[in-house]
Amino acid sequence: MSEKSSPGPGSTSEESKSSLASIVSEGARGLLVPLLAVFTAVVIGGVVIWLTGTGPAPADVKGWPGFLVQSGLWRPILAYSGLVQGAFGSRRALSETTVWATPYIFAGLAVALAFKGGLFNIGAEGQLALGALIAAWIGFGLPGITGPLPAIVHVPLAILGGALAGAVWGAIPGWLKARTGGHEVINTIMMNYLALLLSSYLLNGPWKDPDPTNVVAQTPPIAQSARLTPIFADYRFHWGFILALLVALAVYWLLWKTTLGFEIRTVGNNPSAARYAGMAVERMIVLTMALSGMLAGLAGSVEVVALNYGHTLSFNIGYGFDAITIALLGKTNPLGVVLAAILFGALRNGASRMQFLTQVPVDIISVIQALILLFVAADAIVRYIYRIRARGTKLVLTRGWGG
Amino acid sequence: MSLNRFLFILLAILVLIGVTEALGQGQAPPLLIAVSFLATTLQVATPLTLGALSGIYCERAGVVNIAIEGMMLGAAFFGWLASIYAGAAGLPMIAALLVGVLAALLTGALLALLHATLSITFKVDQIISGTVINILAVGLTGFLNRALFFQQEVPHAPGVLPTIRIPLLADIPVVGRIFQQQPITLLAIALVVFTHWLLFSTRWGLRTRAVGEHPLAADTVGINVYRMRYANVLIGGVIAGLAGAYFTLESVPSFEPGQTAGRGFIALAAMIFGNWTPFGAWSAALLFGAAQALQINAQFFGLKVPSQFVGMLPYILTMIALTGIVGRTIPPAADGKAYEKA
Amino acid sequence: MDKYMDREIVLEARNVTKTFPGVIANKDVSLKLYRGEVLALLGENGAGKTTLMNILYGLYHQDSGEILVRGEAVRISGPSESIRRGIGMVHQHFMLVPVFTVAENIMLGAETVKGLSLDIATVRRRIRELAEQYNLDVDPDAYVKDLSVGQQQRVEIVKALYRKADILILDEPTAVLTPQEADDLFEVIRTLQAQGTSVIFISHKLKEVLAISDRIMVLRRGQVVGETTPAGATERSLAEMMVGRSVLLEVDKQPAKPGEVVLDVRGLRADDDRGQQVVNDVSLQVRAGEIVGIAGVQGNGQTELVEVLTGLRPARAGQVLIAGTDYTNAVPRTITEAGTAHIPEDRQEDGLVLSYTIADNLVLNTYYLPPYANGIARNEDAINANAEKLVKEYDVRTPSPFVPVGNLSGGNKQKVIIARELSRPIKLLIAAQPTRGVDVGSIEFIHKTIVAQRDAGAAVLVVSAELDEVMSLADKIAVMYHGQIVAVVPADQATREDLGLLMAGAHLEPVTS
Repeated sequence: MSEKSSPGPGSTSEESKSSLASIVSEGARGLLVPLLAVFTAVVIGGVVIWLTGTGPAPADVKGWPGFLVQSGLWRPILAYSGLVQGAFGSRRALSETTVWATPYIFAGLAVALAFKGGLFNIGAEGQLALGALIAAWIGFGLPGITGPLPAIVHVPLAILGGALAGAVWGAIPGWLKARTGGHEVINTIMMNYLALLLSSYLLNGPWKDPDPTNVVAQTPPIAQSARLTPIFADYRFHWGFILALLVALAVYWLLWKTTLGFEIRTVGNNPSAARYAGMAVERMIVLTMALSGMLAGLAGSVEVVALNYGHTLSFNIGYGFDAITIALLGKTNPLGVVLAAILFGALRNGASRMQFLTQVPVDIISVIQALILLFVAADAIVRYIYRIRARGTKLVLTRGWGG
Repeated sequence: MSLNRFLFILLAILVLIGVTEALGQGQAPPLLIAVSFLATTLQVATPLTLGALSGIYCERAGVVNIAIEGMMLGAAFFGWLASIYAGAAGLPMIAALLVGVLAALLTGALLALLHATLSITFKVDQIISGTVINILAVGLTGFLNRALFFQQEVPHAPGVLPTIRIPLLADIPVVGRIFQQQPITLLAIALVVFTHWLLFSTRWGLRTRAVGEHPLAADTVGINVYRMRYANVLIGGVIAGLAGAYFTLESVPSFEPGQTAGRGFIALAAMIFGNWTPFGAWSAALLFGAAQALQINAQFFGLKVPSQFVGMLPYILTMIALTGIVGRTIPPAADGKAYEKA
Repeated sequence: MDKYMDREIVLEARNVTKTFPGVIANKDVSLKLYRGEVLALLGENGAGKTTLMNILYGLYHQDSGEILVRGEAVRISGPSESIRRGIGMVHQHFMLVPVFTVAENIMLGAETVKGLSLDIATVRRRIRELAEQYNLDVDPDAYVKDLSVGQQQRVEIVKALYRKADILILDEPTAVLTPQEADDLFEVIRTLQAQGTSVIFISHKLKEVLAISDRIMVLRRGQVVGETTPAGATERSLAEMMVGRSVLLEVDKQPAKPGEVVLDVRGLRADDDRGQQVVNDVSLQVRAGEIVGIAGVQGNGQTELVEVLTGLRPARAGQVLIAGTDYTNAVPRTITEAGTAHIPEDRQEDGLVLSYTIADNLVLNTYYLPPYANGIARNEDAINANAEKLVKEYDVRTPSPFVPVGNLSGGNKQKVIIARELSRPIKLLIAAQPTRGVDVGSIEFIHKTIVAQRDAGAAVLVVSAELDEVMSLADKIAVMYHGQIVAVVPADQATREDLGLLMAGAHLEPVTS
């Protein structure tokens, strides 16, 4: 870690000059604090597991050193080893980790893009729900109107339809912010509840799977022509993951290599200067929220088209908060978001195995997640613990109610 | 708060009562419907009122608090948990419930302490800091709640706080129903009056508002900006804790994950709509509460519209309130800005 | 030597040094203040005057050196300590809460209470007493946001006296006043002085320092470079002491050769953010090859006028024509593309994105045009080449064009904006407070650049709160008062006194040539 606070571009990568080498070295330096944040959160999570655990030691720990068994320290160790096994322990585990990571990448990109534009999108959850809902309807309902569709049309239509629905759901709070100053933090949350109630109505009512054996609030399965089939037989690893990676690259390109990205970032950094420079600030706010909503909508529609082949009520719950953590852990950089999303996919995926082995509830991941966010947001704490000097300029994330 | 907005709120509540009357026509006497509507409104507005007051303390001192939701949720859970174990330890019901309330207040205060430390001392972006607490509350309550489920025997919750009859008023026929309320609901109303007095008539209030409007000016006359902000955020946390207690100790004797269902955020909107004043926020909270009361009544009277659409009403009203259709509101000038001491 | 120097020393600094990361703000500074004297502290922006005063007031702590109050060495831990020791300070940016009343502001931190409630009546009475004693007219129940800056300043002085201050530090007190209001302030200072108050008067304005002080200390780059009395100094000698070399007090320029009308404003009206009409029927013409300066006390509608002209604020009535074409209520980009350059008043906030590199800031309003963009893609090579070129041409002092602009000094930031605005062909230059907070070296450069634009045929509109700047730079001076242009005078016929009266709202006989 270089101690000299050189005037060069800081870890926020606001620089416009970038070579591959500088990206790599910046990236390596930028990874240190997030990695330490994750590490610290995992350690504290272990303490929580240790403190809250009850019940006798299972057979798995026979032969472990006695003090580990008696002190209860076996529990976090077994829990975390279960977690790692569940996430990376086999080909199937790896495949499942990518399945979990796919919507996280899209939703994390959604939140990160909004942050770049100076907006805090807490509404990824609702935008994702809308994306899934509309993609599912295009999948099961549209052929009833148009007649059978070829897959080459039906698949993209479902994915893009969902993306568009997410865009609209995101653009509404964006428009409210631009036109009336209503703060997007509250409005995106309100839109989440509206999305939930709307889904609840549709999935229990007109769009409910009419199959007599069905008791769940879910749509009928989508038509074969709207499905993306898995890449490998026997594994759930799907094309959505590949698409997510491509979209991450596209977002990177958009933000750093295009004039539109320059406008988004300028409005996000200093809306007043953007206005003086002749940018249409209000239009950019709506557009940024629409793009952000679109990415979240993609998370939903890809799940429907490439994985679930239908939509069930409240599968989206929790994605909004996860996406915020992922965006911040990835330092709002699209490539960082991909890494953070894979990490979160692994955590969520491994958690089931952990719960099975040790009875530690999967919800411990949410605790660890909050701690990660805590240490990423308050990186001063991490820097203090590990004695790391700060460098570079601070990330501007949100503004107060004033706008 | 401006007269216009008061009139708007009054009108909106009257419309909601009118709709309820129309729904219940022929099923109950009109006066009974109105009384029951108002009594329900007062109840369901309680967490909104308290949440808004919590926000007022924090934001008048210059700290944006979007963590009210998380503080409520955490307090609801730990208050409930404490009351269960206090009851199981053999305390009488009232005592167990009071232990629960204290635990809720303490939870609110601890989460507020975290918010204050992050946003005042570490100068973390205040909205991010609030989000950390919201996520922490969801994670921690979800985790512990499920951990509890995995245990075989969980003792029963002791129940809910008893109704208090306000002497004389509660004895009025029919209308008296409005004056029979549970303690947190009554306390919330008392806190509205108290907060108004504290904020606008006392030294504490003057200094609180000064650090929220112009912290440097306060600093130059020897006021400790950090101390004032910490203290007010902690008070805000305690009040949010009381709001949390409402959910599991006054409304229903049980906890479920995500029980607060965005009430903390609606409370924030009530605070904004009420222009950061206690009475303004209270009337806005009553409006959102009335929308919820309509929903409850609509189910009761068997309205044909799907319940989900009526359920959208408080959320939609919140968004409309924030548009400033009924006049823009002005936050404290230094709200959301970390104070950097020279 | 002044007549106070045989009196008691009420405040003394001995060898005070204070450094901030990368900057020595005060180096080995010593200062004595005698009872009842007015000591002027003179220095450029950034010379370390305010830092020194903030140390005396307890807002900062010195790294080394001693502070003595009435002969007693003290450690001033914070403002409450300095207030207790009788030191009062009126800051350059007033420390008043706009939404509070005068009484609330004055009592803040020193409240009187009755039971648990505030006792406003007593406070009100004491304020009236002080107002009478020192001839300072303030209304305890007025809201500060409704007061003029002159009145707010009086509130600040009463606030210090309310706390029984007998040492008063005034930081750039005249920066926001008309010459007449400044005279009123001087009256107040003399009254205070007569009643035994000692005053430190901080300024960078030579005339005032000569007019009000008993003794003058000059600071340069954090060090005391000289001490004198008004009798022993002239404006020129003070200026040289302040800057460290001989300076041009006048801008060197040839007479203007006005051409066609470029900016033609007709009957313009506009509101401020609170909906008050603050631009009230303004008509104004600026011709190619001339500089029109707008003089006026801040807050008389100049800011809003510039915003309307640049498309940032809607006009309610009237017309704005640039080179004959109507641009009323056009968006900023259209006005820029019509050949308008704009140097905004608040460059940190409006002119620059501080986290962006100099290179990105240099294309902040041309990024979408070739060669900086190919279609929707940015052309980094062209952006970088432009930066390399302009940094050299406009003498921006920086290690590289790719550092964040926030790392630069005030003068260099302003140069970045000027480079961006003037490096494309322009017909009209609108410069608001072009030298605010800029060091003397940069001021000369900026003035030369503006005059060069005029000589190249651009129409120039300069808005400045510094009357001296307007007088030396402009060919014609328009005085703005309460949203109106109350007079337009050729610069060579204008006097400070006349302009001061006009700025204060007095009506003069029409100036005829």
